[in-house]
Amino acid sequence: MSELELTLKLRGDLSREAASAAVRFAETAAETGALDVAYATVDSPFGPLLVAASARGLLRLAYPDEPVAALMEELAEQVSPRILQAPGRLDPLRRQLDEYFAGSRRRFEFPIDWRLVHGFGRDVLRVTAHIPYGKVSTYGDVALRTGRPKASRAVGNALGANPMPIVIPCHRVVRTGGGLGGYTGGLQRKERLLQLEGGAPR
Amino acid sequence: MRLPPFQDLLDRNREAVYRFLVAAVGHQEADDCFQETFLAALRAYPRLERADNLRGWLLTIARNKALDHHRRQAQHPVPTDRMPEAAAPAVDPDHTEVWSAVRRLPAKQMSAVIYRFVNDLPYRDIARLLDCSEEAARRNVHEALKKLRGATHE
Repeated sequence: MSELELTLKLRGDLSREAASAAVRFAETAAETGALDVAYATVDSPFGPLLVAASARGLLRLAYPDEPVAALMEELAEQVSPRILQAPGRLDPLRRQLDEYFAGSRRRFEFPIDWRLVHGFGRDVLRVTAHIPYGKVSTYGDVALRTGRPKASRAVGNALGANPMPIVIPCHRVVRTGGGLGGYTGGLQRKERLLQLEGGAPR
Repeated sequence: MRLPPFQDLLDRNREAVYRFLVAAVGHQEADDCFQETFLAALRAYPRLERADNLRGWLLTIARNKALDHHRRQAQHPVPTDRMPEAAAPAVDPDHTEVWSAVRRLPAKQMSAVIYRFVNDLPYRDIARLLDCSEEAARRNVHEALKKLRGATHE
């Protein structure tokens, strides 16, 4: 290969510049509304949480055990493939989660985009969203308030499928009689969240 | 039509697009063209009908943005006209002459030679990107090299 051809290979390392250009692009896309889903990670006592939001509001919050690639595929299919990592749009929520884990925030003020939750599941989560910080409710209670008093098992399933744990506080729903019941992110996390809020059923 | 999340495209292709643009428009302008390229891609993405050659699709958009940039520069030469060349040493301090000559090549030859050497693409892919035969792609690269040798007195 001639010297000219070697020169034309442009051997300088441009990976870092390309990476920072990509970050700038994602933020611009989020600011101008050219993307449909922005996502970011937030540090938490459980490890990095992933949060994803549309222009309407929060779509998804995931614990670290959910593989990011699978989550993105899911959002691409169910919402839009215009997905980018763009923390700006999620800054208010990230700040609120920090405050929540520090014990200085009792409720989240960030709009919710409900489009990933349908029918009865949505009813259940809307009722659950109103359970106050530091309090717990039971599966039976929630069933009653959705107008289907016998559906406590279905309530359990709907809570298990909560796409926005912590923000929609499904950890505040426990068994009648004091048992913790189940939790999307594992029972240890449920217990920890309830302890943080000082409302553990003891 | 199942399209991968756009972030995947960005992660996998940002470096190829960036390298193409640095070679085509110079270091100084590469970032602007990069932003334009990916913004245009993001806008068009949901309507894309095929997902089997996403890198090629992005490199084609990048080429169009680079050519737009060249056209703008030709129409409105501004005092900062020489900036890309002046900034080129940051990429390749020893060969500014070669890179200015690359940017003076006819559009198709410029793209072909950058795809071939900077992006290390096989002729089959270059042909697809330039919408010509493999033979024509080879010829474009060959012609480009001949001109560059002449221009740089190699």
